[in-house]
Amino acid sequence: MAVQSSLKNMVICLFSTCFICSALLAGVYALTKKPIDETNAKILKDSVSAVLPEGGELSEAAPITVGGQPSEYYVSTKNGEPVAYAIKSTTVGFGGPLTIMVGITADGTVYNTSVLSHAETPGLGAKCNTDEKFMAQWKGFNPAEKILAVKKDNGDVDAITASTITSRAYTLAVKNAVEAMKTL
Amino acid sequence: MSKFKLITKGLVKDNPTFVLLLGMCPTLATTTSAINGLSMGLATLFVLVLSNMAISLIAPVVPDKVHIPVYIVVIATFVTLLQFLMQAFVPSVYASLGLFIPLIVVNCIVLGRAEAFANKNSIVDSAFDGIGVGLGFTLSLTVIGIVREILGSGSIFGWKFLAGDGMLAFVMAPGAFLVLGYLMVLFNKFVAKK
Repeated sequence: MAVQSSLKNMVICLFSTCFICSALLAGVYALTKKPIDETNAKILKDSVSAVLPEGGELSEAAPITVGGQPSEYYVSTKNGEPVAYAIKSTTVGFGGPLTIMVGITADGTVYNTSVLSHAETPGLGAKCNTDEKFMAQWKGFNPAEKILAVKKDNGDVDAITASTITSRAYTLAVKNAVEAMKTL
Repeated sequence: MSKFKLITKGLVKDNPTFVLLLGMCPTLATTTSAINGLSMGLATLFVLVLSNMAISLIAPVVPDKVHIPVYIVVIATFVTLLQFLMQAFVPSVYASLGLFIPLIVVNCIVLGRAEAFANKNSIVDSAFDGIGVGLGFTLSLTVIGIVREILGSGSIFGWKFLAGDGMLAFVMAPGAFLVLGYLMVLFNKFVAKK
């Protein structure tokens, strides 16, 4: 049935298989690169505009250090005055990295937060993206008056039921962003 | 064997999940909800059909001693291709299945069908075999996903019929083993008893 397993045949076969496969992949990569970039850019843009007050003029991404990690932020300006910052913040959740966008107004109050990517357990930690009660509490959260820690750690953040680790990671991400914003 | 039989064989008698017990890792890990199970099944179906066809086509010219590496390269190519396509067009599904898409490469169902069927059958038969086994896998994963979602989250396909949380254990790993085990018993008792 199959051709003889001589060295020559094996080399030719493996080489041509790899060659054709790489060519195919390179082609598909080139074709899908644009839609992938557009999708990612849209996700980022949506999350930035979701966490900032409306009507501001948005700056380009600028580098910043958040919680010791390099990250990026966006400034929203009105009449030349910065009114709010959107800071990308990553911490380690229960299932892997948890990346969120934190919007902070110029007076240091959290305006809103939004999840960029997470690897939390569906039905548990993944609720950080859907649980209305958990998400709503970040709107107008003032770190000067309230403590940025979950209630279990004597803070003022309501954790998601049965997902303390995710809630802690989320809270830490917000805290890091708030602290990073002070350096701006 | 008729084309119809090739498809039903993968669904019932050679059901990859409940009878052959192949591909257990993605089965246990991705079936946290009905939609996740369904997407994982369809992703595997896509790779299975294409790799079965490609392998039945090239099998006659592949020397025996290197056939495994060649098959793996072919399968890996289709998986990477699928990954690009999902990232571009269904980013939300890609986000929830993430890690498990690349793992389709080492899913023993895919290599198993290549070894056991595709390399000695015609391209058309191989395609139908891929569809049958792929559908069997998809169906099993969806059923496991539905059961786990009902018990664990009180919803079906994201539609919530129960306020509050379900039995959270069913969303996590122990629930996966329990549901898989009981469904396997039921399947073998009532469906595949011959």
